[in-house]
Parts: sequence; structure tokens; C-alpha cells
Amino acid sequence: MKYLTEFRDPELARWLLDAIAATASRRWTLMEVCGGQTHAIIRHGLDQLLADQVEFIHGPGCPVCVTPLETIDRALAIAARPEVIFCSFGDMLRVPGSDTDLFTVKARGGDVRVVYSPLDAVHLAEAHPDRQVVFFAVGFETTAPANALAAVTARRRRLANFSMLVSHVLVPPAMSAVATAPGNRVEAFLAAGHVCTVMGTEQYEPLVAAHRMPIVVTGFEPLDLLDGVRHAVAQLEAGRAELANAYRRAVQPEGNPAARAILAEVFTVCDRAWRGIGTIPDSGWRLADAWRDFDAEIRFDVGGLTVAEPAACRSGAVLQGLLRPPDCAAFGTSCTPRRPLGATMVSAEGACAAYFQYRRLAPAGRAHTSDSAGPAAAVEA
Amino acid sequence: MCLGIPGRIIEIWDDRGTRMALVDFGGVTRTVCLAYLSDVTVGQYTIIHAGFALTTVDEDAARQTLAMFRELGLLDEELGAAEAEVGR
Ligand code: SF4
Repeated sequence: MKYLTEFRDPELARWLLDAIAATASRRWTLMEVCGGQTHAIIRHGLDQLLADQVEFIHGPGCPVCVTPLETIDRALAIAARPEVIFCSFGDMLRVPGSDTDLFTVKARGGDVRVVYSPLDAVHLAEAHPDRQVVFFAVGFETTAPANALAAVTARRRRLANFSMLVSHVLVPPAMSAVATAPGNRVEAFLAAGHVCTVMGTEQYEPLVAAHRMPIVVTGFEPLDLLDGVRHAVAQLEAGRAELANAYRRAVQPEGNPAARAILAEVFTVCDRAWRGIGTIPDSGWRLADAWRDFDAEIRFDVGGLTVAEPAACRSGAVLQGLLRPPDCAAFGTSCTPRRPLGATMVSAEGACAAYFQYRRLAPAGRAHTSDSAGPAAAVEA
Repeated sequence: MCLGIPGRIIEIWDDRGTRMALVDFGGVTRTVCLAYLSDVTVGQYTIIHAGFALTTVDEDAARQTLAMFRELGLLDEELGAAEAEVGR
């Protein structure tokens, strides 16, 4: 399809790879923040093609992976109630809670439904006035506008039987947490382009200034990613730290003002626990006070629930770029996508799942085996 | 949930005050909400998240980016060839 295939052109990819190789005098450490970008990098073999110029550290930008365990447990408690129709994006169903997952609750008779859009949940509430419809409102700045409009629509239609379990997370505070963590090795960020379609690029200016690190807004196709790397490496080689936009066809500096206005009304910034990482100050959105009548945590009184993470899963280190997935002892043995121990193995955006799916199974040191298919073939794959 | 992909708007209508559209993702179509993009028109490409169109794909910018890669690539080849000449 147009604007997808064109940004997969193997010949142009070859040129971008050569340009990066010609610029890089040493190997630089970059973090792609978004899990969608992690999957694209691994799938197209960009990490192998750039093995001598770039080490990719995979960031915490996977909403499924960072939704805290206690939020999953709250979802499970609500979903098991007989009066509830529990609606969720499909990728949350197999995320393990303390002792079960939404899929199992559904198998045991819970009314758990996968929706494509939160508006589908609002429609369900309209169609079933005798039931309580709860939407699991998770995700980054990309899903938040949809979830905010679900609340607005429910209020406009006077639906007393609709509520949301909200656990939104925000990208810039997580990048700051990575940049200031002891032992951080990240030298430049590839910022998640789709988050910027909503929030704009302005939000990164303070981060560039505070951490003196290049931040390059980057898209999701192979050429987008290579161009993001090209910008980052050029800045690093020149000793510059600037904000650059390598995803101009989709990202405006101000983002989407209509979406930002509704987000500012419906949500309010709060501290948020990130699964495997811990609490990051001001890194989430909850429903604003004027919208708390839609808060499922209050309606079903599950706010007090707290739990501890299982010890075997090291996803916290993976999400902070401190551990490569194959270096986790459970990777591929007791932890696989069919039987995941941690959320990073469940999600289509999780780093552990990406490494497993595309057979990057070697522990550190043996990671960069030669790719017999060659660069063009890898980019096309 | 977070992976947005571009699709082409093929139909627009009003549902109780909310603009909705049918979007074609290379053969698969979906109904999406246009509440956040008031000025898009049929034929434009847009990126969808959780059933909402959040940004239009600027076709000129897309073309310019590709043209820049091509030009820089050509320029490089010419410079490379020139250097090879000099080196001889
Ligand atoms: S491989 Fe499994 S157990 Fe290890 S960090 Fe990844 S999700 Fe957790």
C-alpha cells in the first residue's frame, strides 16, 4: 500500500545504510522508545545491518508490557463480576496477572469482549442498559484520545452504566527516567513518531536541553528508522544535541490540537507505576476530578489492591535497556509467547516477544551472526 | 493497540453529531472516528489508532523525503565516481 511499500525500498535502504556507515566513527548506543519500532528493527534485521555502527537498546514503549500487575489484577476482579461486560483491546487478554489472565476469566464464564475502538464499548453500554460496561483504558498518548472521547460520548448520551479502568502512561517522563538512571548507556533517542502525532514535538525540547541528548522523531518503516538513525549518528558525531523530526509526513510540531484539548479536559497527570520499573513521577494520566463518575476503580472499589511482581521475570531490566531478552534465564525455556511469564513476552510490541518471534536467540556476545540473506533481502522481508 | 498504520478515507458520514469514515487499509476496511481531524476529505491518507484518525499523511512531505533520499544517493554516487577518477 502507498506510503508503506515506498518506505521499504531496498535500494534507498542500501544508500541510507552506506550513509550511516560513512558517518559513524564508532559504535553509538541508541534507544528506540517505541515497541512498534523495536519489532520493525528486529523484523527487518536493521540491528544486524547496523551492527558495527549502532547498538539498539529497546525502550519501555510497550503499553501492554508496562501496565502494572495490580492494574491487571483490578481488571480481573472487575471482569469476573456477573453484572459486568468487560471490554479490552485484544492484546491485554493474555497478560498474566498475579494468578490468572483475562482470557482465563473469559473461559470461566466472565463476559470479556475484545473491542477495536473504545466507542464500541460505549455502544455496548447503550445496547445493554441492565449491565455494567467497563472499558480497560490503557496505552500511551496514542490511545488516550480515543479513550477520552469514549468518556465524552458516554456523558453526552447519559450512560450511567459505562465506566473505565484507566492506566494511561506518558512517554517523555519515561525517557527522562531512562536518561537519568544510574548506569544509563543511551546516547540518543529515536522518539516514537505516533506519540508525536498527538502531542507534537514541542514536548521534547526540555528533554534535549536537560539531558543534552539528540532526540529524533522517527517513523515505523525501514527507511524511516534508518533516516532516524542517520540523523542521530550525524548529531552524535558532530557533538550536537538537538531535536530533529525525521517523520515529517505525519508529525506536526503542535501535534493534534483538538485531541490535546480533550485530553487536557478529561485526564489529569498523576504518578504512575510502570510494570517491572516502579513508579515514575508525573508519568501517567488518570480521569480528571470532573470525570471521576466514570472511574471503574471507584465504582467497583478495587483501588486498594496492591501486589508484588514475580521474581523470575526480569522484564524491568529489559524495559530499561539493561538486559537483552535472550540473556534472561527464562527466555525461550520457561517463558515463551505461548506460556509467557512476563508481559514483554506477550505483547506484539514487547521486546522479548520480538526476539523470540524473529529468532534472535543468542545471548549477548554472539548476537551479531552474519545474515546470509543480505541487506536488501532483510529490508524487504 | 498502539501500532498505527496509514489508510485511505473512502467515505465520510455523520453519526449523531460525530464525523465517521470508512478507511481502506490495502483491501481491509474499517469504520473510524474523525472527531480529531475536522478537515480531512475523501481520498486522503490518515493514521489510525484505536479506531480514531489522529493525523493526515502529508503526501508532499512523503514525496519530498523519498526524493531527498534519491538525490542524496545519486549525489553520493557521483562524488564517489569523481573520487575514483581523481584517485586513478
Ligand atoms: S524472557 Fe520472559 S521471564 Fe525473561 S524478561 Fe522476558 S518476559 Fe520476563
